[in-house]
Amino acid sequence: MANFILNGEPVALDVDPAMPILWVVREVAGLNGTKFGCGIAQCGACTVHLDGQPVRSCSTPISAAEGSEVTTIEAMSGPDGELTALQQAWISEQVPQCGYCQSGQLMSAAALLRDNPAPSDADIDSAMAGNICRCGTYPRIRRAIKVAAGLAPARTEEV
Amino acid sequence: MNDTLSAKPPRSALAKWSRRGFIGAGVLAGGGLILGVAVRPGNPIGSLAPKVAGGEGEQLVNSWVKLGPDNVVTAIVPHCEMGQGAHSVLGQMLADELDADWDKVRVMQAPTDGSYVMTDTARAFAAPFTLNAADWIEPTWNGLFTQVARLADAMITGGSSSIRTTGQHQMRIAGAAARQMLVGAAAQEWGVAASEIETRDSTLIHVASGRSAPYAQFATAAAEQPMDHTPVLKTPEQYRLIGKSKARTDIPAKVDGTAQFGIDAAPEGLKLAYAASVRPPVPGTRVARMDASRAKEMRGVLQILDMEDFVAVVAESYWHAQQALNTIEIEWTASESPIRTTADQFAAYAKAIDEAGAQGGEEAAAKGDFSSAFASAATRIEAEYKVPYLAHAPMEPINCTALVEDGRCEVWTSTQVPLMVRTAVSESLGLAKDDITIHHPFLGGSFGRRLEAVYAVMAARVAQATGYPVKMIWSREEDTQKALYRPAELSRFKGGLDAEGRLVAYDNVFTQRDDPAEASVPGIYSIPNTSVRVAAAPRHLPFAAWRSVDHSQHGFFIESFVDEAAHAAGADPLEYRLAMLKEAPRHAAVLRKVAKMSEWGQQGEEGRGKGVAIVESFGTIVAQVIEVDMASGQPRLMNAWAAADAGYVVNPDGFTNQIEGGIVFGLTAAMYGELDLADGAIVQSNFHDYKMLRINETPAITTAIINSGTVPIGGGGEPGLPPAAPALANAIFAASGKRLRELPIAKQFA
Repeated sequence: MANFILNGEPVALDVDPAMPILWVVREVAGLNGTKFGCGIAQCGACTVHLDGQPVRSCSTPISAAEGSEVTTIEAMSGPDGELTALQQAWISEQVPQCGYCQSGQLMSAAALLRDNPAPSDADIDSAMAGNICRCGTYPRIRRAIKVAAGLAPARTEEV
Repeated sequence: MNDTLSAKPPRSALAKWSRRGFIGAGVLAGGGLILGVAVRPGNPIGSLAPKVAGGEGEQLVNSWVKLGPDNVVTAIVPHCEMGQGAHSVLGQMLADELDADWDKVRVMQAPTDGSYVMTDTARAFAAPFTLNAADWIEPTWNGLFTQVARLADAMITGGSSSIRTTGQHQMRIAGAAARQMLVGAAAQEWGVAASEIETRDSTLIHVASGRSAPYAQFATAAAEQPMDHTPVLKTPEQYRLIGKSKARTDIPAKVDGTAQFGIDAAPEGLKLAYAASVRPPVPGTRVARMDASRAKEMRGVLQILDMEDFVAVVAESYWHAQQALNTIEIEWTASESPIRTTADQFAAYAKAIDEAGAQGGEEAAAKGDFSSAFASAATRIEAEYKVPYLAHAPMEPINCTALVEDGRCEVWTSTQVPLMVRTAVSESLGLAKDDITIHHPFLGGSFGRRLEAVYAVMAARVAQATGYPVKMIWSREEDTQKALYRPAELSRFKGGLDAEGRLVAYDNVFTQRDDPAEASVPGIYSIPNTSVRVAAAPRHLPFAAWRSVDHSQHGFFIESFVDEAAHAAGADPLEYRLAMLKEAPRHAAVLRKVAKMSEWGQQGEEGRGKGVAIVESFGTIVAQVIEVDMASGQPRLMNAWAAADAGYVVNPDGFTNQIEGGIVFGLTAAMYGELDLADGAIVQSNFHDYKMLRINETPAITTAIINSGTVPIGGGGEPGLPPAAPALANAIFAASGKRLRELPIAKQFA
């Protein structure tokens, strides 16, 4: 039995302790926002927070979360669905293309901004380099993080 | 090519298109309007169409607009959404012609299944149907919906085509026709001339009498109005939404984890089993024998299947299935392919080119007399370029969920060709097409990867064999090693320069020609004596259209060789190109624009260099300048500037996002992309050895759009890619003097 806190709620799940957090969250808990990309901690699509720290859930067994807090993209917005400044910036800068990697990008970016409210380009590089975006939205990710941090103005729609 | 129309070409191209279409309208059950546009066969919706086209007489594409009693306009879009923004921008095009309130416009994916379209969607929407029989190809409403169902058989998304085909020739026409019919109905009711009625924000307005009404009030009456098959479309100065960077409708769901991709399929009421699979490492081989004794004993395993062309484990979770699969020892049959290694592949190419000699091979393009021009040239240059096999590596791994029950099959999958999937599943399972339903939510990237159906057929076969509803997921390793590929290629050039350094003789021979046919032709340039030849050679790995297809190889070859010619002439590479673009004013304008943006000619810091390239693909001209820093001895990508002329851009920010993405995709391939062969199998397996450009390696990107007004307009999804690799290689030459004739680049500086 795995006991941990999932997005603020205590859960007890009868799962193989070796099963990665990714598959427990997706297939057992039914939360599909966290994505499978590579299975070897190379792409960051599966990023969740384990006790507040971004981890690659595809390569972290659920046993490592025993008694801990696991936070996924589903818990990023507020209880009534209100978006964080980071999510709003992702919309204003029109970041996503296919969108598949963006849950992981946002989880990495949220951890960055919590620890470093005014990140430099080098800070952004080092915090986000573990997240691959095959669509190539990196310039927009960089800009959105700066917008969310109040370091750059948001894009206006009628360009 | 040589698309050098003046800035204000005749608009008759559009009218010609629309006359090939037909329009039908009906009344919604609840009192709304539904209107559709289909296009007759023969229209070029990209050259991929034949790969999925149904029989003779089938329609290619179709779109619908639905106006609900709540005044909400729904654009029903036949294309899939894979990140290119087609859903949103097609809605934008329709809404503009309809003068709809953008806040009350919704976009809906057209259902895939033909019978579903016919029965559930269309008939429910349009029960009390009326139509103007004389105008119809099939003068019954049954006939209309038969056409709708058939055209769905060719649903396809690719070729950078959604906006310039479906958008220009159907969504806009549907919107304009619906508006015209609403105006006609209001004019009749109010007893005023149609020309006196204005439309704005989904409202009909008659200023003189002070009357106004929401569209929905006239929806039912509008369906009885005569239909004009060539409704007058807006001119650019009349646009309200087209040309604006409206925010994409699919993005909000992509920032809170609620967007549904194929891999997220969770059919209500079904307890899924999960499958992992492994296909033969060498194309064309099969399972000879296997030992699954360990896997049978492993936790969560439900069934182990030898399907001859693959082995699958079905388990209670995907992870358990994959873990068990990893323990199975499989022996595969022997391959008959003589190509076992990367060296074998390039040797086969070189042999074909050698055998073609100075004149042989199939002619792809010819002009003037190369041989005598080359013989009398003041300077002669020769170069051989090569590029490797590449995988698409979309972030969403290949997957499909399938249920086979009571002679019916239901499929949930990410695909660019949903009806091709339906046909393939039908043939494999021996079920009628009408008994198969395909659901295709968002695609987590594709880039050409999901233009095939094999993975859906595999999942359906496993579901049929086991009786479980099965979600099959390919590991990243499977997708890297067992897919379809951008071909490796070898390309040889000879060039002759006259006494003034002008490129007057150009000969190029290579081995693979797929699509588009003009990709290998340096048609934008004025070169008096040109010879382009294909010396066909076998390739070991199966072909896939990979973002920009043949342009991904030939963009690098041609633009590198032209750069070499410029340096051989002692000329500035950008000025040298401009001199060859005197007959191509649009291309020259794009090149001048990017020169200005990049401050071409200004030397940056020590160790830096700039390179330029220009490629026209999918109707759009893109020039790029890339600045690289070689101070550390390894290339560091500093800046990319792009100028693009697509004729007219419908959503500038969406287009810019595609150009940025195309550049990053192209630079990824240029820096890292490479699949090697050993013992007939692919060596690379995952992102640790099939590397992607990351945020810290990505240059700053600046994009400028030129709206030259040329029609037909060009595409946006692919044209950003082809100039990236040659611009980078040319920049490295400028900075270091090292000419790169082979991709990828990074390992050459390791």
